[in-house]
Amino acid sequence: MGGFGLVDLFAVLDATIRVSTPLILCAMAGIFSERSGIIDISLEGKLLATAFAAASVAAWTANPWLSLFAGVAVGIVLALVHGFACITHRGNQVVSGLAINILASGLTVVLGISWFQAGGQTPSLGSESRFMPIELPGADAFAEAVPGLGQFYKDVVSGHNLLVYVAFFCVFITWWVIYRTRFGLRVRAVGENPLAIDTAGLSVSRLRYSSLAICGLLAGIAGTYLSIAQNASFVREMSAGQGYIALAAMIFGKWRPVPAMFACLMFGFLDAIAIRLQGFVIPGYGEVPVQLIQALPYILTVVLLAGFIGKAIAPKAIGVPFVKER
Amino acid sequence: MNTAAIPLPAWLEVIVIPILNIIMALIASGLIMLAIGVNPLEAVGIMIEGAFGSDYAIGYTLYYTTNFIFTGLAVAIAFHASLFNIGGEGQAYIAGLGVGLAFLALDSILPPILLIPVGILAAALFGAAWAFIPAWLQAYRGSHVVITTIMFNFIASALMVYLLVNVLRETGQMSPESREFAPESWLPQMHQVFAWFGIKITRTPLNLSIVLALLSCVFVWVYVWRTRWGFELRTAGQSEAAAVYAGIKPKSVVISAMCISGALAGFVAVNEIMGVHHKIINNFTAGYGFTGIAVSLMGRNHPVGIVMASLLFGVLYQGGAELNFEIPKITREMVVAIQGLIILFSGALALMLRPWIVRLYLKVRPVSAVVDH
Repeated sequence: MGGFGLVDLFAVLDATIRVSTPLILCAMAGIFSERSGIIDISLEGKLLATAFAAASVAAWTANPWLSLFAGVAVGIVLALVHGFACITHRGNQVVSGLAINILASGLTVVLGISWFQAGGQTPSLGSESRFMPIELPGADAFAEAVPGLGQFYKDVVSGHNLLVYVAFFCVFITWWVIYRTRFGLRVRAVGENPLAIDTAGLSVSRLRYSSLAICGLLAGIAGTYLSIAQNASFVREMSAGQGYIALAAMIFGKWRPVPAMFACLMFGFLDAIAIRLQGFVIPGYGEVPVQLIQALPYILTVVLLAGFIGKAIAPKAIGVPFVKER
Repeated sequence: MNTAAIPLPAWLEVIVIPILNIIMALIASGLIMLAIGVNPLEAVGIMIEGAFGSDYAIGYTLYYTTNFIFTGLAVAIAFHASLFNIGGEGQAYIAGLGVGLAFLALDSILPPILLIPVGILAAALFGAAWAFIPAWLQAYRGSHVVITTIMFNFIASALMVYLLVNVLRETGQMSPESREFAPESWLPQMHQVFAWFGIKITRTPLNLSIVLALLSCVFVWVYVWRTRWGFELRTAGQSEAAAVYAGIKPKSVVISAMCISGALAGFVAVNEIMGVHHKIINNFTAGYGFTGIAVSLMGRNHPVGIVMASLLFGVLYQGGAELNFEIPKITREMVVAIQGLIILFSGALALMLRPWIVRLYLKVRPVSAVVDH
């Protein structure tokens, strides 16, 4: 056992931020949808489909910005399909979400094989078509001057790609929109009591559609990050349950942006150490079961939902289609 | 005009509208095939030939159908209690663990005649147990069964990988799987059953589980529509308040419905582990639990509908595999996409066409005759 120094800790934290980014974006996406009263288990499918869209456009145009646009557009379209089923036709929200997940899982591979003939994978992308790491100003100088904090700034804060910083900025934006704007107040109200919104002369459908569109936009950024920033191509099933982990994190954060972000960071941290703990032996116990650490986000969420650690209360009108009385 | 309140005759509600929904899903699937340059009509031809063209093809089709009947029934019985069990996948997986543990411990001890019933029982018990926890949490702790069953799928998967890699794997074996069970515990495959009567058919994975599947259909029909428990289940599903008023305990309904649902999903392990693989293997559930949701929605949560929908999915799976040989562009994922479209159109958009149908119907029949009684 070598020592676990500051450098190792910073490496883990750096990895934590990288794997937390899509979770954070998806969790914020989920907050917009669920706060307006629409259950969104389709984060997983949106993540996968938008990752595919972004990687495909990047392969064709070699332009990360166009790819981001494609990812966001597909995210919004899927969110609107969800809305069309759940808002306009009062369909079951869980069923609709599941349909999007399964459709995304099948369609990304079908189209991928047809377009790129590589078993569902998209071509490897060069650095010009991706979002590459950015060195923040003064990282090296700061690391020289202040040993601990400076190193932290250089290793953990600096050196990520643009979308990582966008994700954290989105947490602030989400918080601001939900708690500090009129639109946010209405979104929260329509998730708790749509009848009140209707009585006040506002359109329940319109509010919910707008919230879902924002949800799709954020999920689109997350998918784009996955395939053209964190990785250099789309691989089949590359979302690998992260949409569900984000859903869990959102519940863990009790549908509030900042706590949800911390839940994402915690789940991301678990993921980051799980890889490092492979083969790690605790004296007197034996090898750490990596699978346990991987399952921990799900187990913790179940325990939380069961009310054993605090209480997670969903928006009151969630899952119930609104029927306007005539 | 609010058309939701206008009643339609049963044949429109349970036959015409569901069929129109499926047709929409199939048209959408056809459009996807056209988009990738495949002639959908040719694909359908190959698929049907691949699913029914020989006794080999039929055997495979029915083998897939068996899994879908189990998972479809599992979703349906929970649906009748207004519960959405997305956890069929995990329940089937853990049921496989149950079968495996029972056989690993007992296959050299128990007399062969007892092994198969013990295996079936173990599958049901373990499947039910994995559904019991989310059910209990919903009934007594207020956590939503949809979220917990999703989480339990992932927990089951992690648990099984851990057990297969660290506990159940034979020493010296590379692949994460248990040892093979003694042949006495194997559920007879249909080619063996037919051979008892002197009929020779091609060997396929199809086994006696299909009989269990049909018995399960009868069981679900009797349970839901012909017993007091089924009445309680449907009442609690329709209105909890009414159920309480009638002296029904909604909490125990939640638990019994989910346990039966889990046991039915668990029977996938009977087909897969006892009938085909004869050892616990990684990921033997292969998404059958999720397909069950499409099957149940398509079959309108009724055993007859579920058998028909399962057969359709059996054709899609087996025919889809054959299609892949003929047209390499079309892989198994095409079937997954079709499945997604069916869930979308038959499930989430189930009511999309209804207003149009109501308007058409009112054109034929005067409004007063429809609304007044």
